[in-house]
Amino acid sequence: MEYYIVFLPLVASIISGFFGNKISHRLCEIITSLFVSISTLLSFYIFYKVITQNYSNNKIIFNWISSGDFYVNWSINVDPLTSVMLVVVCFISALVHIYSIGYMKHDNHKPRFMAYLSLFTFAMLVLVTADNFMQLFFGWEGVGLCSYFLIGFWYKKKSANNAAIKAFVVNRIGDFGFAIGIFLIFFFYRTLNYNEVFELTPSLADKNVILLGIEFNLITLICFMLFIGAMGKSAQIFLHTWLPDAMEGPTPVSALIHAATMVTAGVFLVARCSPIFEYSQTTLNLIVFVGVITAFFAATVALVQNDIKKVIAYSTCSQLGYMFFAAGIGAYHVAIFHLFTHAFFKALLFLGAGCVIHSFKDEQDIRNMGGAWKKIPKTYLLMIIGTLALTGFPFLSGYYSKDAIIEFAFLKGNTIGLFAAIVGIFTAFLTAIYSWRLIFKVFHGKYNNKDNNLSSLHESPATMLIPASLLAIGAILVGFLFKDIFIGFNSRIFWSNSILFLKSEQIHHAPLWLLIITPLIVVLTIPIAYYLFIHNQKIIKNLVFKNHYLYNFLLKKWYFDELYNFIFIQPIKKFGLFLWKQGDINVIDKYGPEGLSKLVKILSDKAVNFQNGYLYHYAFIMLIGFSIILTYLILY
Amino acid sequence: MAEIGLGHYLTLGAIIFSIGIMGIFLNRKNIIIILMSIELILLSVNINLVSFSIFLQDLVGQVFAMFILTVAAAEAAVGLAIIVIYFKNKGTIHVEKISSLKG
Repeated sequence: MEYYIVFLPLVASIISGFFGNKISHRLCEIITSLFVSISTLLSFYIFYKVITQNYSNNKIIFNWISSGDFYVNWSINVDPLTSVMLVVVCFISALVHIYSIGYMKHDNHKPRFMAYLSLFTFAMLVLVTADNFMQLFFGWEGVGLCSYFLIGFWYKKKSANNAAIKAFVVNRIGDFGFAIGIFLIFFFYRTLNYNEVFELTPSLADKNVILLGIEFNLITLICFMLFIGAMGKSAQIFLHTWLPDAMEGPTPVSALIHAATMVTAGVFLVARCSPIFEYSQTTLNLIVFVGVITAFFAATVALVQNDIKKVIAYSTCSQLGYMFFAAGIGAYHVAIFHLFTHAFFKALLFLGAGCVIHSFKDEQDIRNMGGAWKKIPKTYLLMIIGTLALTGFPFLSGYYSKDAIIEFAFLKGNTIGLFAAIVGIFTAFLTAIYSWRLIFKVFHGKYNNKDNNLSSLHESPATMLIPASLLAIGAILVGFLFKDIFIGFNSRIFWSNSILFLKSEQIHHAPLWLLIITPLIVVLTIPIAYYLFIHNQKIIKNLVFKNHYLYNFLLKKWYFDELYNFIFIQPIKKFGLFLWKQGDINVIDKYGPEGLSKLVKILSDKAVNFQNGYLYHYAFIMLIGFSIILTYLILY
Repeated sequence: MAEIGLGHYLTLGAIIFSIGIMGIFLNRKNIIIILMSIELILLSVNINLVSFSIFLQDLVGQVFAMFILTVAAAEAAVGLAIIVIYFKNKGTIHVEKISSLKG
C-alpha cells in the first residue's frame, strides 16, 4: 500500500510528461489527478491506522548504496510524523491537481504542468518517507528541482525565469549547509540511517570538534548546519528572498509548493531530527530567534505589499517563522500541528487568490480591485474562511495551532520563551491587520479596475471552487478535530518515538489572560481594519505620508534584495565578468583553442605556397631536402 | 703542366652536374631544356663512373656507364613523347604555364 502512495504520482508524472502530447490533454489531467487522489485515499487510511493502532512500518525497497561500513536503503518509512506529512502532501496535492484543470484551462502546456506537479508530489513523498539522510537529501533536491521547473513554468516571461533561478540559487546556499551537516553526521557517526544516528546521539553529546581553529560542540555544529538547510527551504530570514519572487509561478503551484508542502520541509526536518536537536540548546535558541524574527519581519512587510500573492507569500513566511519557534522551544508536535493546519488554510488562501486573479482576468494588484464581493460571493466566502483561519479566529483551525504555539512559548518560562510569546502575540495582531486589509481591498470599497467592467466579473468554474471548498472545510475543522491527537495531553502516545522530547512532560495550565488575549486581539482587529481600510482611509494615508521612510522600508521588504545585490551579487558579478573577459577570453581562449587553430591556419597557409605546381620549385625543394639529408648522413 | 688526374675528371663531373641542376630550376622557358638538363646530370654521373673505373682498374664502372646511356636514351624518348602529347593537349610547353599540380 505504501508503494502505491509513493509511486502512483511518479507513474502519473511519467505518463503525462513523456506521452502527454500523444494522448489527449484531458486524459493527462484525469490520470494525474486520479492517481494522486488514490494516493490521498491510501494515505488517509495509513493515517487512520496510525491514529487507531499506532501503526508503524519501514518498508525497504532495495539497497541503494553499500560501500564499506556505509550503507543506505531506498525505503518507505511510516511513522506518526510521516503519516501526518503524507496526508498533508497527498491531500493538498490532489486538490491542487484538480484545481489546476480549471486554472490552466487556457494553457497549451497542460501535460507538462501536470507532470511537474505529480513529480513534485513524488519527490515530496520520498522526502517524508525517508529512513536515512541520504534519501531525505534526494527528496529535498527533488522538490527543489520541481519548484524550479514550476516557478519558471511560463518560461517566456523573463521575470519567471529570473525568479526560478533565484529560488534555485538561494536554496543552494541552504542545501550547502545541509550537505555539510550530513557529511558531519557520516564522519562522526559512520552511518546515515535515522535509527542508528538517533541512538548514537546521546553518547556524542559532549564531543567537541575543532573547525577553523574554533572549538565547537559537535551536536551543535551538526544541528546548526541542518538548520541552515531548513532555513533555505523554509524561507527563513536571510534566505527568504526567493519565496516572494517564487510567486511568478502559476497560482496552484504557489498553493502546493510555496505554501503547503515544500516550504514546510524545513520544519519537518527539524521535527524529524528532534532526537539530535534536543541535545543542542544553543541551536534550539537560535531557531527560536530566527523563527521569531522571521515571523515579525514577514508580517511587517506583508502590511504594505500590493500584490495579492506577495501578501500571502509573506504571510506564509511569517507562519513558517511561527512553526520554527515552536520547534525551537521544544514543542515539535505543536510545530507540526501548525504545519498541518497551515497547509489547509494557506492552500485555501492561495486557491482563493487564484480564483480572484482568474475573475479579474490576471490582475494581481489589490489596488486595482475592490467591491467585488457581490459578484463573486463564493470566492469571497472561501477567502473569508481562509483569512479567519489564518488569523486565528476562535474555533477555526489556525486558532488552535497558533495559540498553542504562543502558550507553549510562554510556558517555557525562560526569557527567550517569553520574548517569543510577546513577539508572537504582536505578530498575530499584524497578521490579522494585513489579512483583513487584503480582504477589504479586494472585496469591499470602491471598484477600481479600469480594464474590466464590474459586470464582467464572473465566478470561477467548479473545478476550481470544489477543491477550494474542501480545503475550506479542512480549514474550519482540522484544528478542532485533531488538536487532542496532535497536541493534547496524550499526544506523546500518538507521536510515540517519531519525536523525541528530552524533558519530561510538564502539565502547566496557561493563565486565563493568555488564553484570551490572542483571540481577543484577532477579533478586535476586524472592526479596526474595516475602519482603517474602508471607512476612514485618511488615517492610513496620513500615516503613510508622515512616515514615508518607514513605509518605503517596508514596501522594499527591508531592503533585503538591495542589500544582497550590493553585498553579494554585484561583487560576484564583477568578479565573474573579470574571469570571463580577462581569464577566459583573453588568456585561455586566446592562447588555447583559438590560438592553436589560428596557428594551424597560418602554418597551412604557408605550406600551401609549396604546392604551387611549378616543376622547378619541386625540383629545388627536392634538391634542398636531398642536400640536407646527405649532409646529415655525412656529418653524423 | 701537371698531368690530368682523377681530380680533374671529378671536378668536370661536378661542374656538369651543377650546370644540370641549375638548368632544372633556373630555367623558365620550356620543358625540353629540363629534359636536356637531366641528360647533363646523367652524363656527369657517367663521367664519374668511367673515371673511377679507370682509376680503380675495374671494368664494371664502364659497363654501368653503358647501361646508363641506354636508360637515358629510353628516358629521353619517353620524356619527349610525353612533351609532344602535352603540347597537343595544352598548346604550350612553357614551364611557367604548367602548374596544374597547384594545391
